[in-house]
Amino acid sequence: MMDLFNESMDSRQQSAAAFKAFMLKKSTKSNLNLYDHLTRLLMKVMDERPHDVVDVIEDMSREIKLTVFEDKQSTLRDLPQTTAAEQLAEQQRLLFAWLEDVGQEEELVETPFPNVSEIGFYLEQAGVGLGREEMQRIYLALKQLVESHGLPRCRLWGKILGTESSYIIAEADYREDEQVEEEEQSTDEAAEQEESEAKEAEENETKEDLPPQSIYKPPPAVPKEAIGVGTNKFVYYVCNEPGLPWVKLPSVNPAQITAARQIRKFFTGRLDNPIVSYPPFPGNEAIYLRAQIARISAGTQVSPQGFYQTGEEEGDEEETPHDNCEVNPDFEGLPVAEMADSLSIWAHHIQHILQQGRCTWVNLATKPEDTNEEEDDDEKEEGPDESEPEIGPPLLTPLSQDAEIFNTPPWSTKLSSTLTSQHAIAVVRSNLWPGAYAYAVGKKCENIYIGWGLKCTGKGYDPPLPPQPQKEYPSGPEITESVDPSVEDEEAMKEVLEEQQAAQEDAEETDEEEEENDD
Amino acid sequence: MDTNSLFCSLELVAGSGHTLNVEQRTALETSSAILKRNYKFHRVLLWGKILGLRKDYFIVQGRGEDEIKDRKNLYSFNCVDWFVLPTATDSMIEEVSKLGTGQFIGDPSFVYEINKRAEGPEAVEEEGLKVTEETRLAVTVHQIDEEASVVPRGAFVRSPHSLVQINRSFGGLSDAEANKLHNYLHFREAKNVKEKSILEMGDLNPALDFLDVLSDDIPKGSWSLQFECARKVCVLRSLLWLGLTFYHVPMTQQHGYIYTGDGTKNLNLPFML
Repeated sequence: MMDLFNESMDSRQQSAAAFKAFMLKKSTKSNLNLYDHLTRLLMKVMDERPHDVVDVIEDMSREIKLTVFEDKQSTLRDLPQTTAAEQLAEQQRLLFAWLEDVGQEEELVETPFPNVSEIGFYLEQAGVGLGREEMQRIYLALKQLVESHGLPRCRLWGKILGTESSYIIAEADYREDEQVEEEEQSTDEAAEQEESEAKEAEENETKEDLPPQSIYKPPPAVPKEAIGVGTNKFVYYVCNEPGLPWVKLPSVNPAQITAARQIRKFFTGRLDNPIVSYPPFPGNEAIYLRAQIARISAGTQVSPQGFYQTGEEEGDEEETPHDNCEVNPDFEGLPVAEMADSLSIWAHHIQHILQQGRCTWVNLATKPEDTNEEEDDDEKEEGPDESEPEIGPPLLTPLSQDAEIFNTPPWSTKLSSTLTSQHAIAVVRSNLWPGAYAYAVGKKCENIYIGWGLKCTGKGYDPPLPPQPQKEYPSGPEITESVDPSVEDEEAMKEVLEEQQAAQEDAEETDEEEEENDD
Repeated sequence: MDTNSLFCSLELVAGSGHTLNVEQRTALETSSAILKRNYKFHRVLLWGKILGLRKDYFIVQGRGEDEIKDRKNLYSFNCVDWFVLPTATDSMIEEVSKLGTGQFIGDPSFVYEINKRAEGPEAVEEEGLKVTEETRLAVTVHQIDEEASVVPRGAFVRSPHSLVQINRSFGGLSDAEANKLHNYLHFREAKNVKEKSILEMGDLNPALDFLDVLSDDIPKGSWSLQFECARKVCVLRSLLWLGLTFYHVPMTQQHGYIYTGDGTKNLNLPFML
């Protein structure tokens, strides 16, 4: 009996197992199997115990089929992509790293970089500034600059905004060995130029059938000023964001400054961007930036009278303009109210740039010394190039003498606060270069420029017109066209000629007659 | 920018170079609460600062029920005493466009006028056109709002009653969206500068996209989009009205604009790009 029972159990079990296997078979369309589906459905019913479950069972079944796909784990993993913000954060993290071997000896030496937090505080009082956090980052970046390049002294010059990105600019003194390097570089360049010219001349000689050489001689280039003098007194380093590496800007020459005066372009934020303009600018954005920095410095770096003093030399004539001025250690500070009221106690401490593009005038008409001296004596041509020496306002001129342009006074002054005027600071703002500010309080004074790097133009900017086309050849009598004679003129000529001929024939006849008579 | 969030938003726009000092900030917060009550504004925004030769104007804007239509501008010299600016009408705009040149002086009663000379025997007597600086200020603020005010897409909704209101569930633009200029809209009555095709309209939502897009501005390139403050804040600067700065922190609700400048339009823009 048990065997039969067992057998029937076995067969029932077998058929149950077979059916279970059938239910476990995965569907070809949806990769589900009935067994798992029914398990889940019944578990859901057990958990939720809905009313009238038999009526809603189909909906529940459909829901389960929809939700089942989310349980599957995806085999893809997220690939984290570093965003630009994270990359910058990595670079800026280096700013916060400090060297452990910086000993305490450094405190005795005068710090080469300024106290940017203090400057930031005073600038905020004046309503100008970059925000506290940004100033802190710039401070650390300046420290990194000074340490990595070994600069003797450095200062935050300001920020120039661009369309894609901005520039943060630091002004520094040249290192002593850089002066020698620059001189070598310039002589190298001059030598290279001469070599290339010589090569071209040789090539030209070997060619035949040369087109006529142009007799146009470009006006002689104004030589650039030496390092440490005039427009090249300081060296400038720029970067786009604090933390990114600082780039050194090349020194500027007068041709670049005169070209920069004639164009008006936004900066893009990329130093290698070409400047497409008319008149064509000799260089890319790095050089345009350097030229604008030179112009802004010359026009807007001011300080209270007495803050800087000119270097005293023996036997100084009063007429020679001073080139250099240095911080006056005995400066005692002027009362703030006075500084905010009158402009005559503020003075420029950077030399003005002349029309020529330099701070000291150079006479271009003088001939170089290697021509024959005899010729000099005979043919001293004072051609039309000779110009009168340009004189600019001398160093340390008070601001009240600045010229007014476009009916606007060039400077505006104010006190930073009227409610607490005992602790206020005096602020001077330039109207010609919007964005140039200077403040002074007690013994401290600082300048900064934050703006687009453009001068105020008043009404509108008129781009200069192209010059007249050059005459190709001098006009002389053999190539000028003469007017063709008209018919009446020709008739008149013909009559005159006939008369002359007739007169001549008469004369000959009379001669012949005379001869015949003689005979 | 909203006066409620002055303490943090001024830092975000300081990259353009101008900020308010602490004294002005505190005075502004106090007086804006009083203004809100007196004029029944829903919110008070710091519109900006116009620099004049002798004094600077601080300008504040109060918003009412409809954010575009119910706007009122007020000016002050010390952030404490405020005076209402008249609403700009077309005749005022025309007068100012003829006379208002040069920089602002800083005196609201200053009168700009042209000296008309009598020409020949047929001297035409024209009415001496005069414009006060207050009118010029009102017109300038109105023009800057018309041409250069910016909001991110999704920050404002237009309700079915055609009221423009703040979208309380605006979560901010994502990093990728914040980089694209077409996610920023002019905050003024839509002028529909560019006709949109039906394909483009399909993606837009009429409650959010009822304003003109910045990328349709002529000339192209008159907006500069950058990330400042260690690439955290998206800053838009207008090159047409130099001094207008818009900031938005992606993935947050913070956004706003401020104008600090001399109030002159940059007409040389096509030469400078």
